[in-house]
Amino acid sequence: MTKSKTRAVDRRGFLKGAAVAAALSVKPPIVGLDAQSAEPRRMVPLPSPGQAASETSPPPPRVGVYTVDRPGSDFMIDVIKSLGFEYVAANPGSSFRGLHESIINYGGNKSPELLTCCHEESSVAMAHGYAKIEGKPMMVMAHGTVGLQHASMAIYNAFADRVPVYIILGNILDVAYRRSVVEWTHSVQDAVAMVRDYTKWDDTPASLSHFGESAVRAYKLAMTPAMGPVVIVADAVMQEEPIPQADRRTLHVPKLTLAAPPAGDAGAIGDAARILVAAENPVIVAGRCARTPNGLKLLVELAETLQAPVQDRPFRFRMNFPTRHPLYGGGSIADADVILGLEVPDFWNATHAQTPVNRVGMEVRPTTKAGAKQITISSTDLLSKSNYQDFGPYAEVDLSIAADAEASLPSLIEACKRLIDSDRRTAFAARGARHAEAAKRTRQQGLEQAAWGWDASPITTARLSAELWNQIKNEDWSLVSDVVFMSFWPTRLWDFDKPYQYIGGQGAYGIGYGAPAAVGAALANRKHGRLSVNIQCDGDLNYAPGVLWTAAHHRIPLLTIMHNNRAYHQERMYVQDMAARAERGIDRANIGTAITDPNIDYATMAKAYGMYSAGPIEHPADLAPAIRKAIEVVKRGEPALVDVLTQPR
Amino acid sequence: MTKLTVLALTSVAMLFLAAVAEPQPSAAGNAANGKRLFETDGCYQCHGYAAQGGRDGPRLAATAMNAQALIRYVRRPSGAMPAFTEKVLSEQDLTDIHAYLKAFPAAKAAKDIPLLDQLRDK
Repeated sequence: MTKSKTRAVDRRGFLKGAAVAAALSVKPPIVGLDAQSAEPRRMVPLPSPGQAASETSPPPPRVGVYTVDRPGSDFMIDVIKSLGFEYVAANPGSSFRGLHESIINYGGNKSPELLTCCHEESSVAMAHGYAKIEGKPMMVMAHGTVGLQHASMAIYNAFADRVPVYIILGNILDVAYRRSVVEWTHSVQDAVAMVRDYTKWDDTPASLSHFGESAVRAYKLAMTPAMGPVVIVADAVMQEEPIPQADRRTLHVPKLTLAAPPAGDAGAIGDAARILVAAENPVIVAGRCARTPNGLKLLVELAETLQAPVQDRPFRFRMNFPTRHPLYGGGSIADADVILGLEVPDFWNATHAQTPVNRVGMEVRPTTKAGAKQITISSTDLLSKSNYQDFGPYAEVDLSIAADAEASLPSLIEACKRLIDSDRRTAFAARGARHAEAAKRTRQQGLEQAAWGWDASPITTARLSAELWNQIKNEDWSLVSDVVFMSFWPTRLWDFDKPYQYIGGQGAYGIGYGAPAAVGAALANRKHGRLSVNIQCDGDLNYAPGVLWTAAHHRIPLLTIMHNNRAYHQERMYVQDMAARAERGIDRANIGTAITDPNIDYATMAKAYGMYSAGPIEHPADLAPAIRKAIEVVKRGEPALVDVLTQPR
Repeated sequence: MTKLTVLALTSVAMLFLAAVAEPQPSAAGNAANGKRLFETDGCYQCHGYAAQGGRDGPRLAATAMNAQALIRYVRRPSGAMPAFTEKVLSEQDLTDIHAYLKAFPAAKAAKDIPLLDQLRDK
């Protein structure tokens, strides 16, 4: 820590002292800057009287810049360290320069270690991906204005995905401390206003004591289901000025005690168990159910207790259930007499069909059979906001339990077990056998389907998935990307059975999340020695490709395989729908959606960022050697990228 | 008029239209032109360049449908596929596309592809 060379003063005291010094014409302090000396000289024909006087008078006294012992940001670091952050992601910004300095010097750049990011959207999305592997937040720092504007979409993704991200914003609230037009334009009255609609909690502390309390409260709230991003504004003056002497004896770091997650009401859980055990054909729909590794085990136990299939369509949000389990993916909503939704963000959509986008009008119909009972256990009801519509249509269910599903599963499982008699056990066994047989058939059909276009160029997503699986199947692997744009081939072909093997998607479908989330998740996997695999969409990477440099700079082992279909393909299909509706120009949907002419050379891009790369791979036969070589690089502790020209989906 | 009556009349009208609009391809399809149309008119977007199918559309390679069935479906699709009218895809265009799809050889069985064979439940 820097030792004090002079007494610490606050700014008001300092200015007062400077004025007195000027009046008494005392000599300047040893350490100082002459602001005027930095002014450029201007050529003028004749000096004004004032100018003449200034040029002939003795120079004004130099104003002092005092070193400080214990800037306020040091105390902030004490608080931050107490919360157990491993990393802090940031694109550097002047409004949190004090905090930055304290992290690297006072904090020794350990716990948290600073991650250099090239864009604030990358910082937050990295934290998003990290939390989905590690189960706790990464800290992010950003400017309260321009940095937060960059970060905002990623924050919305994290909010909609109910993922904890811990954000500290720099800001200069007191106008007397803003030194230039830059600091004025980088200051804001209410920094968090812009993202308050999609953050769980925020505060703008007015003192260091206030900072300590709010920083710990923010962490606790971020980690209490329903989880979400939180924001604390760390005033720059509070960061940079010394800790007030009067506060040094009283400041303390509040103790963090995480809240036990809210479990379902015992009576309601009992009702749910009775309905489920009596059901002839129940289906479980899992959304963001498995919040921790235990969540996966509990869901397997519930499914096996009831011999009920588990679906996670249409968007696989979490690693809820082993993909080769005989109860995975089966059952039919249309045939079910009971549907149990566990942390499904849009349960209505799981039970209804709507007019597709390519049809005129909007009609809806339930996809359930008449009389089917619907039960939801979800913390979504505990964290809803009004403006951004991340909650879906209102679901008319029979039993709604506002609670964390994972925390409610133990009591639900026990309640079910108590109700199952030998008759039900026999019936369940028969049901389980049916589902197991159906799962086997579905799997075989998937393999036969994967064979179509096997040798095609561009390479099919099925072939890419099969080639990749063949190289990672004996490793301790983790897929740190989504499967939706891959026609779900990884989850159809690979054997997912560990909680860290899949992290789900964006949350709010904000593109640009994929690459940074993969880097963040790979960072969390690094200390476990896992092989992180990112199947990277080309459109997504181009939002903020600088995250490749972050991965290279921080030696984050990550295998990135480009799913390079050279298009914003989802949007191309929508434009095609509109063209077909309008009966014109169905050959023009590529305009505005193609990422060609010129084609982007991702291997060269990765190389420019300091990463090993290969490709573009056009032919399936070239895939295996390219992937093998890239994995060797990743096993040495570095990122690697293989560009693969792929089919659209 | 009740909603039910409207529906009934609409159904009758649709049946009549379907009867008179039964596609009659003028000639056998041109597979080369079909390939061009498949790629320029966007069929590949959902069905893949190899017509292998995917998340957004089923496999069409070596389709079991005849040309008439394909035309009927394209004009009045179900599910998420948009309807393509005569104005944007003529019957001859669709006949050519059908010829292209029919020309695909059948895929190998999964058991004959080592990477897929190892994934089979044995």
